[in-house]
Amino acid sequence: MSAVPDAPRAAWAEAPVPPSWRRLPDRVFALCLVELEKLRRDRTELFTRAVQPALWLLIFGETFTRLRAIPTGPVPYLDYLAPGILAQSALFIAIFYGIQIIWERDAGVLTKLLVTPTPRAALVTGKAFAAGVRALAQAVVVLVLSALLGVALNANPLHLLGVAAVLMLGAAFFSCLSMTIAGLVLTRDRLMGIGQAITMPLFFGSNALYPIELMPHWLQTVSRFNPLSYEVDALRGLLIGTPAHLLLDFGVLAGSVVIGVTAASALLGRLAR
Amino acid sequence: MTGMAGMTTPGPPTEPPEAERAVDCRGLSHRFGDHLAVDDVSLWIAPGEVFGLLGPNGAGKTTTIRLLTTLLPLRQGRARVFGLDPGRRPMRVRRLLGYVPQELSADGSLTGRENVMLFARLFDVPRAQRWERVTEVLAAMELTEAADRVVAGYSGGMVRRLELAQALVNRPRLLVLDEPTIGLDPVARSGVWERITELRAATGMTVLMTTHYMDEADALCDRVALMHRGRLRALGAPAELKDQLGPGASLEDVFRHYTGDHLGDAGRQGGLRDVRRTRRTAGRLG
Ligand SMILES: Nc1ncnc2c1ncn2[C@@H]1O[C@H](COP(=O)(O)OP(=O)(O)OP(=O)(O)O)[C@@H](O)[C@H]1O
Ligand SMILES: [Mg+2]
Repeated sequence: MSAVPDAPRAAWAEAPVPPSWRRLPDRVFALCLVELEKLRRDRTELFTRAVQPALWLLIFGETFTRLRAIPTGPVPYLDYLAPGILAQSALFIAIFYGIQIIWERDAGVLTKLLVTPTPRAALVTGKAFAAGVRALAQAVVVLVLSALLGVALNANPLHLLGVAAVLMLGAAFFSCLSMTIAGLVLTRDRLMGIGQAITMPLFFGSNALYPIELMPHWLQTVSRFNPLSYEVDALRGLLIGTPAHLLLDFGVLAGSVVIGVTAASALLGRLAR
Repeated sequence: MTGMAGMTTPGPPTEPPEAERAVDCRGLSHRFGDHLAVDDVSLWIAPGEVFGLLGPNGAGKTTTIRLLTTLLPLRQGRARVFGLDPGRRPMRVRRLLGYVPQELSADGSLTGRENVMLFARLFDVPRAQRWERVTEVLAAMELTEAADRVVAGYSGGMVRRLELAQALVNRPRLLVLDEPTIGLDPVARSGVWERITELRAATGMTVLMTTHYMDEADALCDRVALMHRGRLRALGAPAELKDQLGPGASLEDVFRHYTGDHLGDAGRQGGLRDVRRTRRTAGRLG
């Protein structure tokens, strides 16, 4: 046969192995590239998925702005809400990413990836990155819509870059949370159930819709352990100019991502057993 | 059928010393809950050999493969792949493997080339050689024309050949094929086997495969092992096993002799789970 040359047999599988410190970044890069290729192919989904956040902004936002039921100080409620919806849309995308992992397991794709010399952490990070990119694409839609509705957004490029980073970190964390649960429950149905059960408490138990100070005391405590609160805090600070704790926010989000990647990659192997 | 590639002696390979074996298992067992899926399996595979693992649904073939490919933890017994312990040195072992799982496993939302390119990257094929190597294996699997089409539109036979391309791009020393021809029509089946035979002649690579088709096993394998309910029931060259049974026996007769009428079993053999899996294997990517 002509296509596979009769190479010296010893050459097979004896290519030089790059140093192990390069393996993780190399693999993460390869997997992110693949995720981008996939995203490029189903762009339509980006828009259909933007319907839900759009409805939140339009219906919930407009209504509560009229009602003036939620005291947000000098900031109009719609402006206050927009960063919350941004975080929400990223959360809703990311929290079901574990389903993709389970689907890939069922399809045999994951099994095969697990038999390549690729650290589990790289596989998880690739997915987390994909969740981030998806969240960003949707964020563009939500931001444009907010601007159209008259939200006074800060268009400073540096701030927008910060917004992108916060959204990536947030989506990465929640996708890791989802993959961790996938590694625990192992089936799509159970993951769907748990995903649905935790999304609403995460969302309502954060400052996405109302200031934390309005919550009962116990819920305030809970929301301090909710990474979504830090995500929204940073987004609001960057986009609307409300007082924010950017350093703390970034720190908590980055720390959560590290913990999330570690937990999800420790459990990933269970999916192939 | 010739023996080891490059040699002219026909028939089964002679037992190589332990250090030179491609695969070596001793007393390998694996339990799922209280179900013993692999029960005290001992076998070796010589470098360059094509070794077939046969047995009815639920016999434990896939589980054995998953133990060797680092997918399952090794709890009982000993396993070596080119002298390496898959439990202790999983990354080193994975580097030597090309693996095609039982399910059709290419990524349907990518093109054929993207699928293979990903594996070239994951196996550290040097950047300068990547494009060439990917093009080369795609051509060897006769997928050049389809390379830039999305895999969701491939036929079952094309997906199988694409998976072979993925498994070969790192030039593995051990190619592990779990039912590579299940669900394929006769033409696609022989296409897959021609590719494997050519490759083997060109590279002398070791192949471990499972199949339900006795004619394939007979034609392609240097030696076969018959599994039933997790245990090895027979092991040897197809000709040897047939001779043992009597003149005129086919490998199919050997299979029946050692596995009995497994369809009548009420136990966990060939349960819904196995049938479902087989069906999924036969389906297309969508
Ligand atoms: N993850 C699992 N959890 C529980 N039981 C399992 C698991 N995987 C396999 N089994 C059981 O172990 C036994 C052996 O399964 P295995 O997949 O190894 O069989 P096989 O020989 O590959 O069958 P087939 O020809 O259908 O592919 C079967 O009874 C199966 O139901
Ligand atoms: Mg099987």
